[in-house]
Amino acid sequence: MSRIVILGAGTAGTIMANRLRRRFADGVKDGTTSITVVDQDDVHVYQPGLLFVPFGIYDADDVVRPRGKQLHDGIGYVQAAVERVLPAEREVELGNGTRLSYDVLIVASGTRIAPEETDGLTGPGWGETMFEFYTVEGARALGEKLATWPGGRLVINIVEMPIKCPVAPLEFAFLADWFFAQKGMRDRVQISYVTPLDGAFTKPVCTQVLGHLLEDKRVELVTEFNAGRVDGEAGILASWDEREVPFDLLVSVPLHQGAEFVKRSEGLGDDYGFVRTDLHTLQSRCAPEIFAIGDAADVPTSKAGSVAHFEAEVLEDNIARFLAGEPLVPAYDGHTNCFVETGYDKALLLDFNYDTEPLPGKFPFATIGPMKLLEATYANHLGKLAFKWLYWNVLMPGHDIPAVGAQMSMAGKQPVLQDS
Amino acid sequence: MTTSTIAGIELEVDAEGFLQKPEQWTDAVGEAIAAELGIEMTDRHWQVARFMRQRFLDNGTAPTIRTLGKESGVDVKELYKLFPKGPAKLAAKIGGIPKPRGCI
Repeated sequence: MSRIVILGAGTAGTIMANRLRRRFADGVKDGTTSITVVDQDDVHVYQPGLLFVPFGIYDADDVVRPRGKQLHDGIGYVQAAVERVLPAEREVELGNGTRLSYDVLIVASGTRIAPEETDGLTGPGWGETMFEFYTVEGARALGEKLATWPGGRLVINIVEMPIKCPVAPLEFAFLADWFFAQKGMRDRVQISYVTPLDGAFTKPVCTQVLGHLLEDKRVELVTEFNAGRVDGEAGILASWDEREVPFDLLVSVPLHQGAEFVKRSEGLGDDYGFVRTDLHTLQSRCAPEIFAIGDAADVPTSKAGSVAHFEAEVLEDNIARFLAGEPLVPAYDGHTNCFVETGYDKALLLDFNYDTEPLPGKFPFATIGPMKLLEATYANHLGKLAFKWLYWNVLMPGHDIPAVGAQMSMAGKQPVLQDS
Repeated sequence: MTTSTIAGIELEVDAEGFLQKPEQWTDAVGEAIAAELGIEMTDRHWQVARFMRQRFLDNGTAPTIRTLGKESGVDVKELYKLFPKGPAKLAAKIGGIPKPRGCI
């Protein structure tokens, strides 16, 4: 009997459950394998869609579906909060006190925003002059604000890395530029992008190749700014080293943390609540039968759905190997693929891994494309919009995307000489 | 992996100068790295760098800036005065441990 328990029914947990259901179809049928998924609610959010909600491109209702419905028949779904994992007992304690035993545990509990960790952010002005768009409620509230906002200083601030979808705040800036231009009020809006990093992107080649985009779109860049406190009434964002950025409307990307239960589980996570995980096998460093996937893992690549998808291919194999008593394969290379909306129906496409920076070129086929890497095109934008259908119909059921493998391919990529 | 000679010792470092083998570290190495960063080490600096280093040796991960502020005995505001711009990153470098994950 193999009991597989998955904590989290978001992007990573759902993909994983459905892949394992197919992999162990015989075992599930004859009762020798069980797959149980736990999540605290039944709201599966299509997170890439949240970016479009504040601008009225998607409705908040467009981006949510029930979690249980995305899981294939034969997968058990338990709706409960997780209190903690007990690695020594190989048990998960749920919020209602019951315990689930496992032979393999997959932590796929993602990351969540913690705005209360920044002094003043959830104080006066929260929801009036200060917003976030990383939750359905937050994105909807910001959309209502933007619809009637008369203009002024719009400040987009990343509190601290790592964050989910590191390009989303930049996309927000680009879409805001477009949104206000369409409304004929771009001249009444000053957009500032305030980041703790030393450039707009987390990757040097991107910053080098794409730095002009901010200038083109008249977005002011403030770097190496570590937000210490916010005053929503005075409209001041202040750094720990006493620099101040005034705002009329603050769009904050708050501190991100892992699930609370990870912190409560002995030896499982780091200070942020991310699971300490082997970069290549996705086995936790806490216990051999515990694995982590997606945003919940502390691996140094982007926290993004594409990462969860590529990791799932590797993790499925490794779980089968683990259950068969075979050595794990260190096959995950940090592969990440992301679309970056730049407004005006165009998007960029980035494809990279632990060792290779995003490079220009064609994707997924060399010379043919049809999508271009590191260049804003209409084809890429169509790719991003089509992705919503792919997400629910191909990714969540646990299928692979044709021509896009778990490991990054150098086909079609052109090397770039870096400055410095 | 590259090597770099700091305070007369040949050390394994990454591209940004973070030590890859914490056991190669000595006080003099910490002092020399700090000097290169333009930081003159005081007792307060040492308190943070040693806390950072010890937590890494104990847990295998470096504490975050928030943990430093709560548990090192030096609050976040002072941390930014002692180690301008990036306290966790600079204290890790001086304390001779690999670059903290949060900085990526």
